[in-house]
Amino acid sequence: MSVHTDRPTSATDPSLADQWTAKLRKAAETAFPPERLLPDAQPSYVASWVYVFGVLTLVSLIWVIVTGCVLAIMGPTWWHVSSVGLFVNSLHLWSVELFFFFMVIHLWGKFFMAAWRGRRRATWVSGVVTFVISVGAAFTGYLSQQNFDSQWIATQAKDGINATGAGAFFNVLNFGQMLMWHIVLLPLVVVVLTGLHVLMVRHRGVVPPFADTPGSSPPSPAAEVAEQP
Amino acid sequence: MSGAKFNPDRDVADWTGPYRPYDLVKEFLIALFVVGLIIVGLTIVFSSPDDRPVTLQSWSQNNPVDFAQTAITELDGSSGVAAYGPPYVPSSAGASQQMGFFAPERWFGVHIPINTAQDYVIGPLRTLPDQPLLTAYLNTYRDASSSQQSTWTAAYEKVVANATFQSDEIRVARGNYGPVAGIIRSLTTMARSGALDGALLRSGQFYDTNYTKPLLFLANGSYLANLGGNQHLQGSQWGMMNETGNYPGQAWLWLYTLWYQVQPMKSSSNGDLEVWVIMMALTLLLALVPFIPGLRSVPRWSRVYRLIWRDHYRTG
Repeated sequence: MSVHTDRPTSATDPSLADQWTAKLRKAAETAFPPERLLPDAQPSYVASWVYVFGVLTLVSLIWVIVTGCVLAIMGPTWWHVSSVGLFVNSLHLWSVELFFFFMVIHLWGKFFMAAWRGRRRATWVSGVVTFVISVGAAFTGYLSQQNFDSQWIATQAKDGINATGAGAFFNVLNFGQMLMWHIVLLPLVVVVLTGLHVLMVRHRGVVPPFADTPGSSPPSPAAEVAEQP
Repeated sequence: MSGAKFNPDRDVADWTGPYRPYDLVKEFLIALFVVGLIIVGLTIVFSSPDDRPVTLQSWSQNNPVDFAQTAITELDGSSGVAAYGPPYVPSSAGASQQMGFFAPERWFGVHIPINTAQDYVIGPLRTLPDQPLLTAYLNTYRDASSSQQSTWTAAYEKVVANATFQSDEIRVARGNYGPVAGIIRSLTTMARSGALDGALLRSGQFYDTNYTKPLLFLANGSYLANLGGNQHLQGSQWGMMNETGNYPGQAWLWLYTLWYQVQPMKSSSNGDLEVWVIMMALTLLLALVPFIPGLRSVPRWSRVYRLIWRDHYRTG
């Protein structure tokens, strides 16, 4: 390993070109130049209330996480015995309700925009997977409430889960297991997938409209987009 | 696939039109603030439901006859759990759900073994100290042949529906029940004291967070089901997506719940598996829309996008 008196660059040390760290940084810089990662302008077609539901979903998720963290700090029984705890639990509940409300509108809005066009299929798939994992995260939350709703939902849901065989490992009647899934595993997946989803949106940008208006030029052969691998 | 024919449902021309200033950070912060206000408003107005959980104690105190009816089915192995199949008990004929050869419930087998007679009746009663008469009941039952046990439990099961609760005890018409009447009477008394709730959580450790056994016991009786029915939470009442009170619950499960309301899933003995197979297929379909010719053309055919991008199409 060579030693430099000054900070090495790829010009002074060709071995940097093969370095994994340098390669990762270069790939990140190529995929996410600052103006793409945090653009200050959008194509003129980005002018509809439907676009707002993406950011509304994102901020609702933030409120879900923040209120969930407060509940986690105080422990699972706190909200049953404290009026402040009940208030925070209610904040958590309504942030979840809004999260799903906004997410469903966002999902159908993107469906009718065919937002997967132009090598954005991974963005669509990641969004649907995030939605499905979120359903699981909310479901385990309902199971972790330690009240009548938890008992009822657990005893009703066990039959469906058991029918798939998953009940052998994912026991909805086991409060401890469901609480861990709810506050650690599933939120982690949702947050990571949401982060990837947002990065994909920033990487490809917002999908353009269908080119079907009088006066709009049909796409030229040069504009054909390669099939995504 | 370089040079592939342009497909309007898969490809899009790069945008070469005008741009306009768009402050993402400002939009994000305003959205964060406004949504926070809405959440606080909804919380102040509606709060959140928190109905007290049912315990074996509250069940046996409020409806001791239903408790005793359930307890005898646990002892004689005819309860819902005793005949459930995997993951609780070995599969009996027709107990586990399947669709043709597809029987995942049976494939994964018993992972949460439950012996209803031992776990719900005999085991908890054995934990009670200084009960010579009860010990004699349990020993008599243990030492009897299985056919004798069945004769006693069958006789008791016939009369327990008409049992009464007097002087803090379950009472049934006179009959030859052997030690069974004493066993069920003792278990009901134990449940009413609250001791059975603790006994069913015994895992050999001080701490316990697994409520599988008491929840399954509760689910075998009618008491919990009736409470759920009163709150419109039964499966036939779209219960999976609802919660107590007038709260929205898990409204996003509407499609999952819908399948339980329609035939053949509504009355099928394999209904749960059928609903899950349908939902998994639909979820896969939704995730793979961009790859499915025809399905991915629906947005273009529907022309809803012209409403979304109406300003763009108006200005041409």
